[in-house]
Amino acid sequence: MTPGIAARLHAVRGARSSGVIDERTRLRRITDDVARPLETWPGGAWWACFGVAFAALSLGVGCVTYEIATGIGTWGLNRTVGWAFDITNFVFWVGIGHAGTLISAILLLFRQRWRTSINRAAEAMTIFAVVCAAIFPLIHMGRPWLAFWVLPYPNSRGPLWVNFRSPLLWDVFAINTYLTISLVFWYVGMIPDFATLRDRTAAGARKAIYGLLSLGWNGSHRTWSRYETLCTLLAGLATPLVVSVHTIVSMDFATSILPGWHTTLFPPYFVAGAVYSGFGMVTTLLIVTRSVMHLEAYITDRHLDAMAKVMLLTGSMVGFSYGTEFFAAWYGGNLYEFATIFGRAVGPYAWAFWTMVACNAAAPQLLWSRRVRASVPVLFILSVLVNVGMWFERFVIIVTSLHRSYLPSSWVMYRPTLIEVGTLIGSFGLFFTCFLLFIQALPMIAIWEIKADAAIGSEGAHG
Amino acid sequence: MARQGLVASFADPESLVEAVTAVRARGIKVYDVYAPFPVHGLDEAMGLRRSRLGFVSLAAGAVGLVAALSFQFYANVFDWSLNVGGKPDNSTLAFVPITFEITILAAGLATALAFFLRAGLFPGASAALAAPGVTNDRFAIVLRWTSPRFESGEAQLILHQRGAIDVRPLEIGAER
Repeated sequence: MTPGIAARLHAVRGARSSGVIDERTRLRRITDDVARPLETWPGGAWWACFGVAFAALSLGVGCVTYEIATGIGTWGLNRTVGWAFDITNFVFWVGIGHAGTLISAILLLFRQRWRTSINRAAEAMTIFAVVCAAIFPLIHMGRPWLAFWVLPYPNSRGPLWVNFRSPLLWDVFAINTYLTISLVFWYVGMIPDFATLRDRTAAGARKAIYGLLSLGWNGSHRTWSRYETLCTLLAGLATPLVVSVHTIVSMDFATSILPGWHTTLFPPYFVAGAVYSGFGMVTTLLIVTRSVMHLEAYITDRHLDAMAKVMLLTGSMVGFSYGTEFFAAWYGGNLYEFATIFGRAVGPYAWAFWTMVACNAAAPQLLWSRRVRASVPVLFILSVLVNVGMWFERFVIIVTSLHRSYLPSSWVMYRPTLIEVGTLIGSFGLFFTCFLLFIQALPMIAIWEIKADAAIGSEGAHG
Repeated sequence: MARQGLVASFADPESLVEAVTAVRARGIKVYDVYAPFPVHGLDEAMGLRRSRLGFVSLAAGAVGLVAALSFQFYANVFDWSLNVGGKPDNSTLAFVPITFEITILAAGLATALAFFLRAGLFPGASAALAAPGVTNDRFAIVLRWTSPRFESGEAQLILHQRGAIDVRPLEIGAER
């Protein structure tokens, strides 16, 4: 080393500024805060929630086992109402998932930075919701061990292919693609965080698992650069996917000739409803999670406010769709359509219809008020009501359209059996059990994304 | 064979970007930079090209599209035409939803796979870090050993002037 340079080097080292310490502790604190729940034994509140969720799941497992062992006759379905609780639950759960993709993909493309601390949890919610949804068509088959018949594989029956013109088959492809791409997106997003956890965990089984999951991630910027491109591409692919999934679900109904189903309004109406119910569920979950896991610093009132505004927007779109349905039924001049749509409001299932209107169209209008959006308890109640309302929406669409069709001699009432109610409760149990395990086992907040945002924030503050 | 290099640790992303810019301005090649998050402005500072992953998406999506559409056409028209409600064998419009889903699926999976291959990420890959804490709160620059500048201490001085908190030699390849 030349003497001149050595002297200057010494001088620079001596004059080391201490300002950099803040930056390091800030980044380290983010890691500590997010990793804390993963490194400590869960608290009483978590165990209480888990106990309830697991009990519900057990009930569901019991009901489904009984149904598969005995047959679909254990449900309240009859020859007129062939779809009821199960398909209602299917559409409900698929819809819940949509908010996760919206938050993780669409808001990423729009560079909405508030999404950062909630996107991981929302993506997890998507995956669990889609799994819950997929169970219902499977158990409705009656013989779920033959479920692979829905796949177009070379078989010894010809091969006799599946009917590619059927919306039910489109559903198979849509749901499977949605689940696969959501899983890939979720996992890819967690790789850097697995590396962070790996490097702060002492040698042992946990470190080995994190090591395996982190795929040898070492923080290389050449990789980061490609990684950001990958995330943008996956987001770009997931965005049309999420719209297509609920569009296809709506086509299960819209491509039939049944009054109340046969309408071109369904795809946009279903997509808006899906996002609406999903945001309701995200809000419910995050209000509980942030207090149970003490993450108020990351999931702030600003997040709740933004989610409330999305609920207000999509809720109003759903309310507008209800109005449009009535207008089209009246203006279209089709007697059967008119009878079905107006029958919803005044017929035997009017109680379900008005529950739906009250929860979905009326209640969210309170969100225009800033005070309502700022009140966590009120927001919590509203978000639960949204989910109640959206479940009833699917119930109303499915059951009221079926129970009175063209032929008055086949008019019947549908009543769910306890097995069906138990299965619905069980699906909630599965969803919440998965979610509770997720927040305890995986980083529920994207550590690296929070750090990137914090850095951009400090850059702005510096000038 | 492991090559010799130099690793400099930083505590904040701004100094890191400045240091990378300064080092490259002197004509010293940057081997790689390590950070706990994608640092804004590093792509430009390092002179990285835009990733070509998008072409993988496009190609895989196109393959998925053609494969899905032609398979449905083959199954319905040539292999076993099934009369469902009198609809034509080649009901192309009805094939659109599945074709769309397969296009997305193929593009998404292929892009993720291409990324893993290109970045050398796979289960069981070793991850020796360039400097402790680069997945938590530290940033690091790794330079290839270029004799005159390193021996004179010039490179070390530039790094220290830009706020490096630690500069030490490193065997490149060991951290991979």
